[in-house]
Amino acid sequence: MNSDTQFDLWEVFIQSKSGQPYVHAGSIHATDMKMAMQNARDSYTRRGEGTSIWVVPSKYIVASNPDDNEMLFDPSADKIYRHPTFYIMPEGAKNI
Amino acid sequence: MTTKEASFIYALRMGDNALILGHRLSELCSKAPFIEEDLALTNISLDLIGRAQALLSYAAELEGKEKTADELAYRRPEIDYYNHLITEQPNGDFAHTIIRQLYISAFELLFFKELEKSKDKTFSALAAKAIKEVSYHFEHAKNWTIRLGDGTDESKRRMQVALNDLWMYTGELFEMDDVENWLLSEGIAADLVPLKPKWAQMIGDILDEATLEVPEDTYMQTGSRKGVHTESLGHILSEMQYLQRAYPDATW
Amino acid sequence: MHNEHSDLNFQLRIDKGEHIEARDYMPENYRRHLIRQISQHAHSEVIGMQPEGNWITRAPSLRSKQILLAKIQDEGGHGLYLYSAAETLGVSRQELIHQLHTGKAKYSNIFNYPALNWADIGAIGWLVDGAAIVNQVSLQRTSYGPYSRAMVRICKEESFHQRQGYEIMAKMMKGTRKQQAMAQDAMNRWWWPALMMFGPHDTDSPHSSDAVKWRIKRETNDELRQKFIDKTIPQAELIGLTVPDAQVKLDETTKHYTIGKINWEEFYRVIAGHGPCNKQRLDHHRFYFNQGAWVREAAEAYKQKHIKNGMQTI
Repeated sequence: MNSDTQFDLWEVFIQSKSGQPYVHAGSIHATDMKMAMQNARDSYTRRGEGTSIWVVPSKYIVASNPDDNEMLFDPSADKIYRHPTFYIMPEGAKNI
Repeated sequence: MTTKEASFIYALRMGDNALILGHRLSELCSKAPFIEEDLALTNISLDLIGRAQALLSYAAELEGKEKTADELAYRRPEIDYYNHLITEQPNGDFAHTIIRQLYISAFELLFFKELEKSKDKTFSALAAKAIKEVSYHFEHAKNWTIRLGDGTDESKRRMQVALNDLWMYTGELFEMDDVENWLLSEGIAADLVPLKPKWAQMIGDILDEATLEVPEDTYMQTGSRKGVHTESLGHILSEMQYLQRAYPDATW
Repeated sequence: MHNEHSDLNFQLRIDKGEHIEARDYMPENYRRHLIRQISQHAHSEVIGMQPEGNWITRAPSLRSKQILLAKIQDEGGHGLYLYSAAETLGVSRQELIHQLHTGKAKYSNIFNYPALNWADIGAIGWLVDGAAIVNQVSLQRTSYGPYSRAMVRICKEESFHQRQGYEIMAKMMKGTRKQQAMAQDAMNRWWWPALMMFGPHDTDSPHSSDAVKWRIKRETNDELRQKFIDKTIPQAELIGLTVPDAQVKLDETTKHYTIGKINWEEFYRVIAGHGPCNKQRLDHHRFYFNQGAWVREAAEAYKQKHIKNGMQTI
């Protein structure tokens, strides 16, 4: 085993301010959690981009397989009753 | 010596520490063990140079000779610099860089927390800002000390060498001379004497976790309070001041 | 079907302007082309830290020192974003660095030139980053998702770099006679290499047609070079710098500048390894990489000591 590596890959998510979603910013390399957090902070928040950081080793991300897109995502496309615009409201109805 | 004159020296001391250490770290650009660490060290350097600029600007104001921070940074001879000897020590290997950071940032964390109580509003505000930066510098140095102390046999050996090499410069951090004792009595300067055992405790705890040994006590090098430095400072200034000295009537 | 595993379907997606993501089907040549292009872009950013790094310790003011450090730090960061993008294609950063060291992967030729005086720092920011911006703005619309997103991030950070360089040049041109001479000297040495950054003329470019078909490359070398020339020459004239080309002429009808002949012999000579700094740049990178091996090994060893039930506890 090669003992000299560029470490593991971690994915970085930044929350710009409280209440906002965490957005994927990119990746960094690190060996442990503290290093990952510091590296993420030094690489992705130099311009005040956020107030909270999540880091996770890339190997723990489970991504959907694009081959499964039809099965995963097409069925929801015809369930238009999930959208508020599907419903016809009586004229003059307010607050609904 | 008036309070203003003493404060001027005090500001120079802090400013020069930030300037010289910031400069040493800036030398490491493109030389770190991996790219993320290059960014980390440069960030620390930027914090320090920014702090140097703020402190030297204040020093210039206190001196009252209408100089700028740049004039103070770029036009003094070695004997008029008051940075602690430890800041001008060469970067050496990564172990030396990290241990120098550990010794200094542990000190600065304690020091700036005291200085925040200063009756001088500018020193107090600068200290408040510095605490945030130093907390991060200290975490960085601490985490690396533990990783490298408890990593491989080679990293442990290198770290112990660095700890031993730099130990003789740590005593000077806690020296109080007439200038600082005067400012202490005015409620302006921080009292360094009670900080020493706290610093020793912090270092001891970290080295313990890092499975490293606290170096044996030794004669502590001194002199920077009077502008007497090691041979390193001359070389640092030769490079730093080169353009300003070679083109004295130019503005950059 | 969205991800039908065929080159035909892939090309249809490209033509529709869709982005290709890491797990999507892609032809092997598309993958290889991207790995080469993205990693070379990443290597360029990292090697590019060296010529500017040469003047950090001699930066002549506290302000310029901070600005230069921040700029170089950004460049390191850009390398980092680009290595990350390349890694989504199934290659490790470790392998990419190895390719750089063995000469299998290249980096931008421009960094094989030396930074000889403080004005070079201005010229590099203004001309080299200026040329890079023209290229990078175009790459924001590249078809590969991770590369495109890295480019958007990079472009946001890049504009201060060019301003930093131009500010230095402008200041020096307003300064002493020696400063003006220094600035003109830097201009003389960096102008033509900056033009060469856009690569050979379109007629001489071998990889181009696939790159255009796959929308990796959105504009041609000459189109991008012309954009750069047209925006930069007025900037030079504004501050009193002379473009080191007796044949520069503004065409009043097209509003484009025409220039003299680029010395392609120099371009190929430097690519082949005979530039002023080729050996020095790689030696530096290899040296510090080797110097850092014990640190990387120690960090990994420390982590290995803290694994419980197959998961790290630190």
